[in-house]
Amino acid sequence: MNRFPGHSILPYALIFPTVTVIAVFLIVPFVQAIHMAFFRISPFGRVRVYTGLRNFEELLRSPEYLQSFLNTMLFCAIVIGVGLGVSLFIAVLATQKIRGAAFYQVAFIWTYAMSPAIAGVIWALMFDPSVGIFTALLETITGFRLNFTTDAVGAFLLVTIASIWIMLGYNICFYIAGLQNVPHELKEAALVDGAGPWKAFWIITFPMLSPTTAFLIFVNTLYAFFMVFGMLDVVTQGGPGQATEFLVYKIYRDGFARLREGQAAAQSVFLFLMVASIAGFQIWVSTKRAVYSR
Amino acid sequence: MRGSSRLRKHRRTLLNLATHLVLIGTLIAVAFPVYYAIVMGTHTHRDAYAFPPILMPGDQLWENMQVAWARINLGRLAFNSLFISIAVSVGKIVLSIMAAFAFTHFKFRGSWLLFPLTMITQMLPLPVRILPAFYLMASFGWLNTYYALTIPYLASTTGIILFRQFFLTVPDELSDAARVDGAKPLQYLWHILIPLSLTNIAALFVIEFVYIWNEYLWPLVVTTQADMRVAQIGLRMLYTSERAAAEWNIVMAGLFMIMLPPLVVLILLRRQFAQGIAMQSTK
Repeated sequence: MNRFPGHSILPYALIFPTVTVIAVFLIVPFVQAIHMAFFRISPFGRVRVYTGLRNFEELLRSPEYLQSFLNTMLFCAIVIGVGLGVSLFIAVLATQKIRGAAFYQVAFIWTYAMSPAIAGVIWALMFDPSVGIFTALLETITGFRLNFTTDAVGAFLLVTIASIWIMLGYNICFYIAGLQNVPHELKEAALVDGAGPWKAFWIITFPMLSPTTAFLIFVNTLYAFFMVFGMLDVVTQGGPGQATEFLVYKIYRDGFARLREGQAAAQSVFLFLMVASIAGFQIWVSTKRAVYSR
Repeated sequence: MRGSSRLRKHRRTLLNLATHLVLIGTLIAVAFPVYYAIVMGTHTHRDAYAFPPILMPGDQLWENMQVAWARINLGRLAFNSLFISIAVSVGKIVLSIMAAFAFTHFKFRGSWLLFPLTMITQMLPLPVRILPAFYLMASFGWLNTYYALTIPYLASTTGIILFRQFFLTVPDELSDAARVDGAKPLQYLWHILIPLSLTNIAALFVIEFVYIWNEYLWPLVVTTQADMRVAQIGLRMLYTSERAAAEWNIVMAGLFMIMLPPLVVLILLRRQFAQGIAMQSTK
């Protein structure tokens, strides 16, 4: 490890900028957010009154917060479930022994470069009440004319589809990389032992992919919880009603528009607990992988 | 015997054909919304709202782009986005190479920090600290400055891990030889290690450039002046005016320009990016 003995200051100097940025811009504000959550703060922060756990209690009792939480969880579950399912399916097809496998890897990755705001506007066009192709298609099939600016379901659907779409490139790329790391011998051994390709996939390939899946669940959760913000702010502003006011949007609105800072800080703490548990889950799965690859 | 093997071969060919068809079908379905959005940007207002919709491109793209460009002062916004994307990407690459070098080439009391730092950055995304972070910027006098738009982003544990993975694969003989020849650590880093890391540098550049160009919440919060806004916020301004004026063609011409830079960077450096992903997924 120590390839350059005798330089005792240098390593500290090398990590100093990174540690400083993390301390000043991540840790300090987070600690302050925890602190703020225990106060009732007047708009623009002039008066602060210590209120103990009241902000947390109010949040837990607030039907709007509960609704926002449930909507976020539903959104997150669909983005992960449908998104990863479709991505895995495409990745498995693209890694079959066919010509042009390399082409497909590149051909799908580009959605990674789309921002949530861009994706939102593109799908708002598809869902447009008057000229949207998706709206027209849906009306021909179901006879129902969707208007995402007034229907809660329509807005939710728009945001969900746009989100699955935007994550496809990234998910497919990681699944292809993961599938290429699964040793061929194992799969062939299972096939020789009489397992069909379907069964071989579920008993060999899928478990071998579990670190990739855990990682992608984590990344997609981060997307559904946080990154989606731009899409919401451009296209739905959390509406109609509260249909797309997911947790991240609610923090922003409560903190910056409705000037309920103590409440917003309490939401930050809850949000942290959720992220921390998901991150913990991801680390737990990826350390378990060490057993597999030994 | 021979007959059955030929049959199997036929089945194989058919199966491959079906696989290609499904893949290409999916590809078209995924690409269609973008195609349609861009086509929308190439039409006059009347053609854009024609029924049934016109799926072939028109010839108004340049005109529409000019209108969109002028309406939201996109020149300035795109410059801001470009500047902060490049500055942050380069800054992150430099900082994470430095840290990764420290964590892989030295034995020192701070080396235990690697794991907690990684955990902390993963667990503290912006929304869990946004209000105090905003007040911090205000107290620094950094609102509406490039400082606020760049410096808080500079730490990258993704980068540290990426470079650490790679540095660990470089054989010890190289640093031994350099040391015997009297090279200082930073000389070794600069002359030997960095030239070997170009693929990783390119991969990290793509990841960070795309990430920063597409950032939304932080730039929204720390800027209020029109000339400090970024391109993503410009898209909202365009879209909001469209909702009032029904001008999808102008919005999409603007969207086309705003979407292009990260796409170009990704396509140009796709190979390095794919290698970076492969490296991340085998960590």
